[in-house]
Amino acid sequence: MFDRIREKLNILADAAKYDVSCSSSGGTRKNDNKGLGNSHTSGICHTYTEDGRCVSLLKILLTNHCIYDCLFCVSRKSNDIKRAAFTVDEVVELTMNFYRRNYIEGLFLSSGIFKNADFTMERLLLVVKKLRLEQNYNGYIHLKTIPGASDELIKEAGLYADRMSINLEMPTEAGLKLLAPEKSHADVIKPLDFVQKQITQFSADKKLIKHIPKFVPAGQSTQMVIGATPESDKDIMYTANAFYNNFSLKRVYYSGYVPISNDTRMPILGTQPPLLRENRLYQTDWLMRFYGFKVQEILNDANPNLDIDIDPKLSWAIRNMQHFPVDINTADYKMILRIPGIGVMSAKKIVQARKFGKLRIDQLKKIGVAYNRAKHFIICLDSPYQLKDYQGTQIKAFILAESKSKYLKTDNNQMILF
Amino acid sequence: MTINNYNITSADIKPVYIIMTYIFDGSLQGLLTAVFEYFERKPGETMLKSTEMFQPQAFAESFTVITDATKADRVWAGLQKKLKKEWLRKFYCSYLSEVSEAYNHLFQFSIYIFKHAAGAESNYGNEHVIALSKYAKSVEREKHRMEAFIRFQKTGDGIFYAGIDPDFNVLPLISNHFKNRYADQQWVIYDLKRKYGLHYNLTSVEEITISFTNGINKQNPASILMDESEALYATLWKDYFKSANIVARKNTKLHVQHVPKRYWKYLTEKEIL
Repeated sequence: MFDRIREKLNILADAAKYDVSCSSSGGTRKNDNKGLGNSHTSGICHTYTEDGRCVSLLKILLTNHCIYDCLFCVSRKSNDIKRAAFTVDEVVELTMNFYRRNYIEGLFLSSGIFKNADFTMERLLLVVKKLRLEQNYNGYIHLKTIPGASDELIKEAGLYADRMSINLEMPTEAGLKLLAPEKSHADVIKPLDFVQKQITQFSADKKLIKHIPKFVPAGQSTQMVIGATPESDKDIMYTANAFYNNFSLKRVYYSGYVPISNDTRMPILGTQPPLLRENRLYQTDWLMRFYGFKVQEILNDANPNLDIDIDPKLSWAIRNMQHFPVDINTADYKMILRIPGIGVMSAKKIVQARKFGKLRIDQLKKIGVAYNRAKHFIICLDSPYQLKDYQGTQIKAFILAESKSKYLKTDNNQMILF
Repeated sequence: MTINNYNITSADIKPVYIIMTYIFDGSLQGLLTAVFEYFERKPGETMLKSTEMFQPQAFAESFTVITDATKADRVWAGLQKKLKKEWLRKFYCSYLSEVSEAYNHLFQFSIYIFKHAAGAESNYGNEHVIALSKYAKSVEREKHRMEAFIRFQKTGDGIFYAGIDPDFNVLPLISNHFKNRYADQQWVIYDLKRKYGLHYNLTSVEEITISFTNGINKQNPASILMDESEALYATLWKDYFKSANIVARKNTKLHVQHVPKRYWKYLTEKEIL
């Protein structure tokens, strides 16, 4: 019995790990019924795996049996691997006991498709209902929406889950068709759209009626696999941008493809996952969501791919030197946010602090500005007078020369060819 | 007057003046009383030190603050009027850092706040404002780490136990989080460094001290004292931690950055099997 549950957990956790969504934030559930668990607004990462990714949720598949044969997926039908399936009670017990020991923030439950979409969705629903209704469990639940499941089942699941997600898998329809001919982006868009409309409906009702149940309070997310198919960074981020706008997604995740198949349509086994590219895509995602950048400013036909050697914010700045230098003591917040070396927290502190007097270099450093980077783009009270106007490319050279990038030393997975 | 070609005016010549040192007992009330005494006595430039850190100096004056609840309450009420909740929290967190320089910054910060119009706390150009926000950040980070890294072990009598030794005194900050979250189970979180803990008895959280039997492992009590299911779930969790790792993405530096080695002793998943 003990060995069987260990084996199942190993198989079904291993199969779920390529889904990179880990966040446990955005939930609003309180422990009102003196049961177990609640949501933490900003989420909690309880540990980190040796690859440096956060572990917040017990991320498992209900089963890795699957009727589909998507080339990029370990659980594809044609793959010769061990198969297993949890019972509803096993998932409930694992979740409750892990949660009680403060191992996890909650459950992330996904599944291979067995029989059909509705049958799978029903089983997922059984687990979450049992947790919520029988066990008084108020911890976080991230549930996969199974594409093709009926609206009634999806709607019911939304009443118990905190977040729901469906993966786009490939950034473009063409890419998806290449590796998973049975699937299309339309299958994803339909349920994403349905859940989004329900969320809007519920929050509109909440304004009128006080006691309305929660519906997917932490919103929806999706994931794209990066580097399995030849899309450009522009293709990827334009897709992400469209999904952020059209479905008010909370997050789009970018998952560097880890080779798991010998099929010639994809990078071969042993190829290093594109970790640095993934990092640059996340930086772009943050610039779009928190720094007021439009995706077109960062990626366009002239620059379809992100620079590998410098981050996208610096890259934008040196292409747009006409905006710089920015006077820290007078520029508006939006412009300060665009200065390389200044983050959201520092920018906020700057606009508050300068009301009390013009800011000097030493004060900026104490506030937390990465001054060695920012100095090329700003003027403050005691900035040294500079006769020469440097070109963007020169500034890039200065910064690269003095920066100890964490990637330049260790990243031999992309830079070195031989 | 010209001395060595430097122009010195009479305004530049000041008497050698002695910095006053206030000594307090290390309590929050003591610190607040010190602020009261400062405004009462107006001693000019003053440093605050705790009794523990104070060493008498030949050319310095000192004054021992006698902690007084009424005076402390008045200062706290004054701070409440001038500062928003967020800053009162930063103030309290900085105090919990137990760093001796933090005490002086708190003292100077209070004086600065009382001497200026409302809103002065957002002057991040001021050294005490920035110092407080930094201490608060470190303490909040440690608090968050405890919320993440505490691992309960279910004991034979059904109580979930965790022994910790946080860098700062964060028990007062994490109490509510654990009370709200684990409302249906009894738990004990014990600060082994500061020798006190919290016990939740299904209705309220109480401060406790435990007298450990000699030779007991306080971090990981022997399995004989544990619930019979404890070993099973610890093993399953270790298995899960291994399965969730993607070997091709190995990044030890990032791993250690997120989970610094000093916390490994808490973590069930980092125990050597």
